[in-house]
Amino acid sequence: MKLTGKLKLLAAAAVAAGVLASVVPQGPAYAQSKAVAKEQYFPVLVYRTGAYAPNGVPFANGYVDYLKLVNARGGINGVKLVFDECETGYATDRGVECYERMKGRNGGATVFQPLSTGITFALTDKAPGDKIPLITAGYGRADTQDGMVFKWNFPLTGTYWVAADILIQHLGKKEGGLDRLKGKKIALVYHDSPYGKEPIPLLEERSKMHGFELLQIPVTAPGVEQKSAWLQVRQARPDYVLLWGWGVMNSAALKEAQATGYPRDKMYGVWWAGAEPDVKDVGEGAKGYNALALQHGAEPNSKVAKDILRDVHGKGQGTGPKEEVGQVLYMRGLTAAMFAVEGVRRAQERYGKGKVMSAEQARWGYENLALDQKKLDGLGFAGVLRPISTSCADHMGSAWARIHTWDGAKWNFTSDWLQADDQIIKPMVKASAAKYAGEKKIAPRTVADCQA
Amino acid sequence: MKKNWPVYTLGALLAAGLIAPLASGAAAPGFWLEVLIGGLMAGVLYSLVALGFALIFKASGVFNFAQGAMVLFAALSLARLSEAMPLWAAFALSALIMVVFAWLVERLVLRALVNQEGVTLLMATLGISYFLDGFGQSLWGSDIYKIDLGISKDPTIILESVFQGGILISKEDLVATVIAAALVAFLAVFFQKTATGRALRAVADDHQAAQSIGIPLNHIWVIVWSVAGVVALVAGMVWGSKLGVQFSLQQVALKALPVVILGGFTSVPGAIAGGLIIGVGEKMAEVFFGPVLVKAFDLAGGGIENWFAYMLALIFLLVRPEGLFGERHIDRV
Repeated sequence: MKLTGKLKLLAAAAVAAGVLASVVPQGPAYAQSKAVAKEQYFPVLVYRTGAYAPNGVPFANGYVDYLKLVNARGGINGVKLVFDECETGYATDRGVECYERMKGRNGGATVFQPLSTGITFALTDKAPGDKIPLITAGYGRADTQDGMVFKWNFPLTGTYWVAADILIQHLGKKEGGLDRLKGKKIALVYHDSPYGKEPIPLLEERSKMHGFELLQIPVTAPGVEQKSAWLQVRQARPDYVLLWGWGVMNSAALKEAQATGYPRDKMYGVWWAGAEPDVKDVGEGAKGYNALALQHGAEPNSKVAKDILRDVHGKGQGTGPKEEVGQVLYMRGLTAAMFAVEGVRRAQERYGKGKVMSAEQARWGYENLALDQKKLDGLGFAGVLRPISTSCADHMGSAWARIHTWDGAKWNFTSDWLQADDQIIKPMVKASAAKYAGEKKIAPRTVADCQA
Repeated sequence: MKKNWPVYTLGALLAAGLIAPLASGAAAPGFWLEVLIGGLMAGVLYSLVALGFALIFKASGVFNFAQGAMVLFAALSLARLSEAMPLWAAFALSALIMVVFAWLVERLVLRALVNQEGVTLLMATLGISYFLDGFGQSLWGSDIYKIDLGISKDPTIILESVFQGGILISKEDLVATVIAAALVAFLAVFFQKTATGRALRAVADDHQAAQSIGIPLNHIWVIVWSVAGVVALVAGMVWGSKLGVQFSLQQVALKALPVVILGGFTSVPGAIAGGLIIGVGEKMAEVFFGPVLVKAFDLAGGGIENWFAYMLALIFLLVRPEGLFGERHIDRV
């Protein structure tokens, strides 16, 4: 009896100590670390396992390699970067858990990039309260371009409305004019999720404008089994198929297209359906398949890729295999990391060079990005990216893309640069953002807040 | 005979649903036939996974949630090993890995849980499933890997003179069907004609009685898990060659759940018939019923294929709780 009593006491003490240990450092130590931190902290949300790992891994490797490269180049005006990874498995709940765990670490997170539309939706509600910016380069909600409503979101370089708009423009060009799309059939084969449904409003708008018929064919996630979708494609015989997939859905779609005899050169993927993992194991069967390139494509010859091979891989610090450097999704991760870093550099211009920026200060940097061609070229992105400049009203900063085509072994650019039509997208963004603001009771920002 | 009227009614309704698109003129005969064939072939593939479930449930009363993970693990082994050796050698080695796995499961998990509640065993297999998913990826990697059976992936069009546009047949699916049929035939012979097969059936009928006449239960479990492992390997090989070997293969197992519910947990023919019914049902529903449903009720859109399979299984449960071919239990109370 006595023994049990003692044991209980011991257990209680252990629990109390555990609770204290987990609570106390959050107080003084946390504040202290913020005051003396000499390092800028970048949390990295990754998915290296699960259904979407083939696409998540190269992105994560590119992201981390770029942060390593910045450190090898001496940091941001002397401020070294620290970073660590948290595995989300592409699951929203795990993404939010990672966010909660990482936001206060190392003096506080600078910015989050979830690489998941689901996690982005969840964090969009949390970020304003925590005052941490979110960069969603090429994904997330299209209306977050409106910085007057979405103060903390930055869909840099493109949204799905931009993607859909550019694709339709390209098809119009191919046909010899947008008016020639009249009477054509365009099928959207999409991931049945918020991500896949995001382009529908824009495509409906364009279909009304040009008189083409839009067929919507959903594919249940993760999209392993797509027979019924492709039987519908075979029956409808659309003139073009737009593929809005992610992960294994893309390669499965290409295999089904081959199996049902749908010509691959009539297929156009979004920029998340146009990388090596999507076509690699289809090989010859994917020959002729086109996809959007979110500005960059596969860029093994770019200066930044060579720098990484020399300064990161060359020193035995590469994150993934060497051959991956320069691949499409690797470059996507790398450019995403560059945006995160350059926002901080921009913020330092205002709040003090060589200082660690808070998340709030970094947010100002992302809202006032001024990456002109000279700066981009200096960073090693010549021929990879076009200038990006953001503002309070425009959190996207650029709306350009190209088409690249798989030749059976590699991706090659097959179009000129194309810009999304602001006259169509802007009113849609405004309306959608205003609706969101109304639902969530967000007061639009004032001009004074923009200049602050 | 009278008691069976709900089953007959359901059968009649399903048959009506099947031919409705054709009769109403909503579908051209050629296309309808194509969807039917596509459904049957997808069904065969579901059956392959469902077989693994049924085998283990029949012999040990364990609902093996890890069957999907086993499919993924076996396919990953085969794909990665075949990079270094010929396919047949990789197949043999993968089969060996699955046998070792079965032995480990018996040794480390099942032996300690003899005579425990069914739900405890189910939870244990859930644990195995998570372990195998994670460990498989750590061991073999999480990229998309290739299994090349050397079958042409281009479509074959037949009966072009009869139907406009012809009927599309996928050679891969045809080969899958032949492999599945061969596997079922092999299992039937194994269960009916060999001493081990008889012992397995005895265990399935009554554990205690089987033990009392000297059938070693542990031994039998190793065998049945090994057979399920090899079935998983074949399923993984066929699915993997079609779709690429990747984590999502594991989710194919979720498709096998409605199949075993519908076919009956203990029945090998049930797994086959269930697979075919689910395959045809969901393809027909998605292609012909889905768009009508969305239009009629102005729904937000999206696929119905996934939940339709479960709904079909649930309706079957209403009229035949033990499944189509399941054993009818009469409990004395």
